[in-house]
This record gives sequence, structure tokens and C-alpha cells, in this order.
Amino acid sequence: MKRAPLLFLNVFIIAICGLIYELLAGTLSSYVLGDSVTQFSIIIGTYLFAMGVGSYLSRFVDKNIANRFVEVELAVAVVGGFSAPLLFLTFANLSYFAIVLYGIVFIIGTLVGLEIPLLMRILKDELDFKDLVSRVLAFDYIGALVASLLFPIFFVPRLGLNRTSLLFGMLNAAVAIWGTWLLEPLLKKHITLLRVKGAIIIILLAIAFIKSDRLTTLAEDSLYVDNIIYSKSSHYQRIIVTKGKTGYALFLNGNLQFSSFDEYRYHEALVHPVFSVFRGQPKRVLVLGGGDGLALREIEKYPSVEYIQLVDLDPDMTNISNAVPALGELNHHSFQDPRVHVTNADAFVWLDTVDAEPFDVAVIDFPDPNNFALGKLYTTRFYNLLKKKIRPDSAIVVQTTSPLMARMSFWCIASTLEAAGYSVKPYYTTVPSFGVWGYALASLSPFDEPSKVRDGIETKFINAGMMPSMFEFPKDTERPNEPIEVNRLDNQALVRYYEEEWRRFEQY
Amino acid sequence: MTLSRRELLTLFLGAPFAFAACRETSAKRLPEGEIIGQSANIGHILREGRTFEVPQANWETKKVVIVGAGIAGLSAAWRLKSKGFEDVVVIELEKEAGGTSRSGVGKPVNYPWGAHYLPVPFAENADLVTLLDEMSLLEPRGPAGEIHAKEEFLCREPEERVFYKGRWYEGLYLNAGASQEDKRQYGQFYAEVNKWINFRDAKGRRAFVLPVAHCSDDAEVTALDKLSFADWLTQKGLNSERLQWYCDYACRDDYGLKLEETSAWAGLFYFCSRVKKSGDESQPFITVPEGNGQFVNHFIARVGDKVRKDWMAVAIEPKENGVEVTCLVDGTLRGIKAEKVVFAGPMFTAPYAIRGFREAPPFDASEFQHNAWFVANLHLKDRPVQRFRTDFPLAWDNVLYESPSLGYVTATHQKGIDYGPTTLTYYYPMCAEQNARTKLFDYDRDQIAEVCLSDMERAHKDIRELTTRLDVMRWGHAMISPRPNFIWSGVRQKAMEPYRSIHFAHTDIGGVALFEEAFYHGLRVADKILSN
Repeated sequence: MKRAPLLFLNVFIIAICGLIYELLAGTLSSYVLGDSVTQFSIIIGTYLFAMGVGSYLSRFVDKNIANRFVEVELAVAVVGGFSAPLLFLTFANLSYFAIVLYGIVFIIGTLVGLEIPLLMRILKDELDFKDLVSRVLAFDYIGALVASLLFPIFFVPRLGLNRTSLLFGMLNAAVAIWGTWLLEPLLKKHITLLRVKGAIIIILLAIAFIKSDRLTTLAEDSLYVDNIIYSKSSHYQRIIVTKGKTGYALFLNGNLQFSSFDEYRYHEALVHPVFSVFRGQPKRVLVLGGGDGLALREIEKYPSVEYIQLVDLDPDMTNISNAVPALGELNHHSFQDPRVHVTNADAFVWLDTVDAEPFDVAVIDFPDPNNFALGKLYTTRFYNLLKKKIRPDSAIVVQTTSPLMARMSFWCIASTLEAAGYSVKPYYTTVPSFGVWGYALASLSPFDEPSKVRDGIETKFINAGMMPSMFEFPKDTERPNEPIEVNRLDNQALVRYYEEEWRRFEQY
Repeated sequence: MTLSRRELLTLFLGAPFAFAACRETSAKRLPEGEIIGQSANIGHILREGRTFEVPQANWETKKVVIVGAGIAGLSAAWRLKSKGFEDVVVIELEKEAGGTSRSGVGKPVNYPWGAHYLPVPFAENADLVTLLDEMSLLEPRGPAGEIHAKEEFLCREPEERVFYKGRWYEGLYLNAGASQEDKRQYGQFYAEVNKWINFRDAKGRRAFVLPVAHCSDDAEVTALDKLSFADWLTQKGLNSERLQWYCDYACRDDYGLKLEETSAWAGLFYFCSRVKKSGDESQPFITVPEGNGQFVNHFIARVGDKVRKDWMAVAIEPKENGVEVTCLVDGTLRGIKAEKVVFAGPMFTAPYAIRGFREAPPFDASEFQHNAWFVANLHLKDRPVQRFRTDFPLAWDNVLYESPSLGYVTATHQKGIDYGPTTLTYYYPMCAEQNARTKLFDYDRDQIAEVCLSDMERAHKDIRELTTRLDVMRWGHAMISPRPNFIWSGVRQKAMEPYRSIHFAHTDIGGVALFEEAFYHGLRVADKILSN
């Protein structure tokens, strides 16, 4: 009888697949829910318990055992194979996530628990009970060892979670189809039907495997330390949201825009000083960039504000609070405030072509000038166009990259604002995710450094006494002695400074 | 003309390219579009030399008739009008004024059909500075009278990129992969150029400056006109392939001539005339989406009431006390009796239009030779996808190293519109072809579109899919050709003299096809008329 050794191989593969699904579930839950000890512990417990349930249920299978065995394998292929993509899609909505997670773990555990007893009963007529038990269980545990070694060393780094899941689904289904030949004499009927089902399952998994780069690319899975919970190639950029132990992070074209762990430091420092500079009651506020809605959250704290015009290039950014509800929670649903009016346009073109009543405060929060399309948003031309949208006493703030990592770039932006006729007061703070980070306050009329946040405004970071210190630059970040070029449309000096300075920190 | 795709591409883009391009699919989709403008057929009526009888009722009288509403003719009219001289009319055979500075109106921005930039002039070119001031293109003068254009009109960075072996690189000179010897020769070339930039003759004149009329006529300088730019490079031992390509590109771009067809004087003129002193950057470019169409539009705003389009001068006849101009207007003959005529058409047409010219030529018009071009405007629904992360991004001027075309300019670039629909203007000077002009008019829109798209496909695989419309302009006589022994042969100086009451004003008389030349000669003639 040749069948037995091949069926042991079958057991071996089933065992690998089963454990892989368990590990995937554990990894995903620790990514999203944090605390990996707790998560792995609960997942393993649930899984083993479900296997027990499956083993118990196997006693109710009396007829067509071989058919049932193949069907169970196919079911594992479907549920296990799609487990990671399914969990991926439910990431953004945490309230469902736990239900889907433990549901999937329980179903897979039950099905895997059914498999071994059924297989042992199939083989019981061909081997001694003693041999049967020793071999089946031995292969089962060897499979588990192989899976537990390959998973962290090979599959997660090379394939990512989604593809690993789908790949093992396909392997599982293939083994089930192979089983229809091994067990042919025992299969009562519907052999062809089983094979067709298996083929369909493999095709579906294969399609998902190919399309899974819509969710994330292979490269991204290995690039981001944390797990990717949202990714989209919008018309303008690649948007990625990750979730890790310390919270959510947003990346545009691979560049970190914020980390929920410390973004409040960045956004408080961006918004509150400029509101302190404006002397009257600010009513109209212009936000250029800032599609994540986090600057809006701070601006909306000011009750005098009546109208906020936000101009951001990318509708996929300004809608991200809907696509990833967790980000909506983070920005306190700032886009739902009726004072907010969103326009999706390139701010340069918007300033050049759209008329608007002047604004009291302008918050300019663009990504760093790492390409020419962004570089134009930091030129004298841009700041001259802005003059048409403000009054002489309006207050402006510009995010100006890191004065430590990109000192020339930082001071180039300050010099450019000065060249465009603004009074400028650069300042900085520390945002651990970014490092030492800089901003520039500007106005068409002279102004004093702000000393404190306006009364009645709640902050998590800026305290009563610290604001003056933000304007005191340490030696390694102060304005360099060497001449700095003004950034103009026809020289794009800033993009060149920026590229030169940040290239020093590239890892590859 | 019926040609297979391979034959067509071989003619325009060379056999190796055609072979490679035709290995793939055969019939490819073409976007819609049409041939724009240039009435070659109307123009050729002139050659028939017919006599015309204008009905008595169709005569009118004007002090000055300007024939041709290109930059020279419009500049002359602008000058006359700005000096209070109103009794003038400009007649233009085309439906649109502007000549090779014409532009198209479209979304998201307008686009050029020909000339598309103007280097910021030196302060010495006071008339041109006046025009630019009038157009609000300049900043207030600097402390030492320096001329600065406003930022929004100065060509935005990145200005140029070059496509070579599948990748885009910054700049026009191909630095990537240049050997030590290439770099040395590049340095030597610019040392030679700098020598000529700093040159001053006994009268203090520069060797190369705009307008050409202000250049030194010192024998040392004019001797350069006797050899080709290719020969000059060889004499200097400059044989670096990429340097020769760079100079060849300059000749094709500014003159529509290949390196070996261009006068060395003209070649050096390109590199020297827009640099104040050695070591300085070349004067920056003034540009807008519609290119030099902005000057045409400005002139039309000022003197549009004097311009009659679709009016073709079929006979210009000098009389005892003036000139009679016979025009064909919508099938009817109309006459204008004028005291003076400004002939502001290409010089080669003078013998056909001016009665008595052929019998006693004041200058040899056949010395003024022109070349043929075609220009295509591609309207794109979106930007081509960048293929490699390291590719230099879309610039204003995008050049294909391996192509006989000049590449394309991006109309939206100057306005900072970096996403979504745009218009690309593709330039192809027909310098490689024999009888290029005849051939050009044998090809239809689809054939020219196919050449353009096949060429663009080298760099942009998605260009066919993105192009929603592709229109073509065929310029039969696009530019004056500064071949050796033309600029300093004496013919230009003769053409600056009036023939009876007819004054000649055209960029041809400068010897190089540039806005500054057309403008200069338009003003020169206008001032001469005003002084009488």
C-alpha cells in the first residue's frame, strides 16, 4: 500500500498551513490591538480550543469520511487563505476587527481539528493503531516546527502577510485536490465535483494573490516597520497609513507626515503661535496643504474663527478620515465642522487663479520640498501670490523642514519669505518622530514674537512659559554665515538644498 | 503619399528606429486632429506671375502699407502707432497674424505653434526693453539699471532634461556617462566661447550680440562665417560625440540646420550673444504658455485695428510717387495706393510680389534660403507616467538625444500646473531631408502624427493612450538658414536699403530667425519712414 506515506506528507502540509494561519492571526492582532504577549496567548488558546472542538465534532461524521476530509481541507483553504486580506480590510474599523479575528481563528481551528481525526480513521484499516498514532502525530508536529521557523524568517519579510496567507490557501487547496487521487478508492462519489471546487478555490486565491499589490506592494510590506492598514495610489501620490504599537502613521510617497504618537506636538507648534501673533480676533483662516485635518483640529479650538478655507491637492487625502475612521478620531472629525470649506487644488494654481476675500491667518503646511512640484510652493512667486489673499496685518506660518537635518533648506525658506517682503520669525520645536522641526512666522507688517497661547485654548504640549524658547536657536541650527540663495521659480534653489541635505541621511 | 509605416518612420526617424518600432504591432490608434494654418497653396499663386486688374471702385489710399503681419510687420505698425502715425494698414495672407510666433488657444492653457521664448535682453537693447516694460514683463530697474524679468515670466526650473538610452537626465548637455576627455573638451569649448564673449573690436563692438546689426564686422569675426560649425569644431580638435551632439542640437534648435550646414559664425552666435561677460549665465528666458504668441497678442491689442487678415498682396508695384499694392481678398481684387510700403514677408518672396524686382534685382533674393519644419501640439488628458524613480522629472524643454526631432515643450510648466491635462508642443526641423519642403506638404496629418507619436513613444510608452488630440502645423519656410557665406556675404546689407519706396523688414535680414531681429528690423524701417 503506497498511499499511507503520501498521506503522511499530506498531514505534514496540513500542519504547516494550520500553524501559519495561527501565526498570521497572532501577528495581525498584535499589530492592531497591541500587546503581543496577550494577543498571541489568546490566539493560541482560542486556536487550540477550536481544534479540540473540531476533534470532538469529528465523531459526528459517520459517512463518506474521505469526502468530508477533502471538503474540510478545501474549507480551510478558503478561510485560511483569505484570512489575512479579510482582516486587512477590517483594520480601519476596530470595533469589528476583534469579532472577525477571533471568528476566523475559531473556524480555522475547528476545521484543522477535524482533519487529523478524520485522516486517522481513513488510515486505520491500513496501519496498526500504534504506528498510525505515532506517525500522524509526528508529522503533525514536524509540520508545526517547519511552519514556525519559515514564517518569521522567510514568509513575512519576503511575501508580506497578505501574500503569505493567500499562498498557503493555494497550497492547502492543492493538497486537497491531490488527496482526491490518493483517496480515490475511498471517495464514494462526486470526485470530479470536489476537484472542480478545488480548482475554483485555487483560481480565486491566485487572483487575490496577484491583485494583492492593490492593497500593498511587496516592497512596501518590507519597507514599513509597522503594518500597513491603508494604502492608495491617488492621482497625485502614494498614501499609506500604518498602525503599530505606538499608533498610526501617515506616509506620502514614503515620507512620514505624522505619527499619532506625537503629532500633537507638531500641530500645536504649527497653529498656536500664529494665532497669538494676529492681534485682532481671527475670523477667516486659510489652510494650504494639511489634508490630514490635524491642523484643522487645532484651528477649530478658536471660537472667533468663522470660516476656514482648506486647499489641498488630493481628494484622497482630504477624505482619508472617512477611509480610515481612526484618523477621523485623531483629528476630532475636523472636516465635519461647518466652518471648514475644502477645495482640492494645487495651492499654487489656486492662489494664482481663484479670488477670495483676505484671510486673517494662513497656515501653510505642505510636505517637504523634495520635488519641483512641491518646491514651487516655497518660492518668492508663491509668497507674492499669497499677498493677494491676506491683509498687511495677517499672520502666516509655514512649516519649514528641520533646521538641524536640513539647515540650509530651513533658512532658505526664511530668506525667501524675507525676499518676498515679509517680516519673518523662524522657530522650532522637537517632534520625536521627525526630530528637531522648524516653522516660520511671517507677516507683511512687523510683529513681536508671540509669548503664549491665547487664553482659553487647551493644549497637550505647549505650556504657559515655553513659547519664547522656541525662537532661541541653538548654535547648530542658527542662520548660517554663508550666503543663502532665495528660492525662486526659475532657480528652485530649495529643492537642490533639500536634496543635498537629506541625501546624507539616506540608508540606501 | 502612400507609404508603409516603416517607410514613413525610416524617412523621418531613421532606419534602425523604424525597424525597432515596427517590430511591435502595426496599426496603432491615432488621436483626432487636423492640419492647422499655413496656406501653401495661396502662397504659390504668387509664383504664377499673373497680372491683375483692380476695379476702379476697389482702390483706397494709405500712407503706409505693411505687407506681412509677422513680428517684423507688427513691430513696425506698433512703432508707427506709438509715434502717433495712424494712416497705416497691415495685410496678412494667413487667417491669423503672428507668423512663426503664432499660438493656439486651449485648455488648460494656451500653447505655441512656433517660437516659444525670448531671452531677457541686455539693457542696451532699449527698444526691446521698452516693449517688455509696456507688457509689464519686467521688474523695476535695478540700482545699476539692470534688467530683471518678473519671476512668473522667467522660465521655471527644471528648464531642460534629455532622454538618453531609456532614461531622463537633467540639463541639455548629457553629463551622465561623460568621460574625462568629454569633460575636458566641454571645458575647452566654453573657453573658446568665453573668448568670443569677451571680444571687443576697435570700435568697442562685441563679436556676437543682438541685434546682428550691432555685431562687429571685423575680419577676424566674419572669417568665422566662411566655414561650417562642424569644421570649426574639428579645427579646435573638439570631436567629443556628446559635445558635437550638443552643438548640433543648438543648430537644429535655433536654425533648423545640422552642424555641418551651419555657419561657424551662427553657431558661436547662439552660444555668445546672450551672455554678458564670460562666466555669466546665459540671459534667462522669458516664457509663457503661448510662447512668443504673447508678443503677437500684445501687438494685436495695440494695432489690431490696422491688421487685415486673409488679405494677400499679389502685386506690389512701385510708381513715380508711391507704390500700388494689389491684394486678393476673398476672390476679389483690391488695391491700395501707398506712399511707402514695408515689405515684411520672407525675402525669397520679394521677386514674386514686387514688380520690376526680377528685372533689376536690388539684391539676390535667392541667397535667403529657408528650411521646413513641422510642429505638432499634443493635447494630453494626463501626464506621462515616470518610468524610473531616478528619472529627472518633466521639464519645460524635453529633448530626445537619439531623435532627429527637438523634443517637446510643456505648455503648463510655466503656470505651475503640474498635474492633469497638459499640452506638449513637439518640434521637428526637416534638416536631414532632401527637398524637405515638397515632401512636408505631401504628408497628411495622420502620417505626421504617426511620426510624432512613434518618436515620443521612445520615452513615453503611454503617449498614444494619453493624447486626445494632435494637430499639426507645417511650416514650409520656417526659418532663415544661416549657412556658411550668407550672413556676411553683403546681401543682408543690400536688403536693408529701400527699393524705390519699398522698405524691407524681416528677421531674414538679420540672418537668424529670432524675435529680436524681426523686432529690430520692424522698428528700423518704421523709424526711417517716420524720419521722412
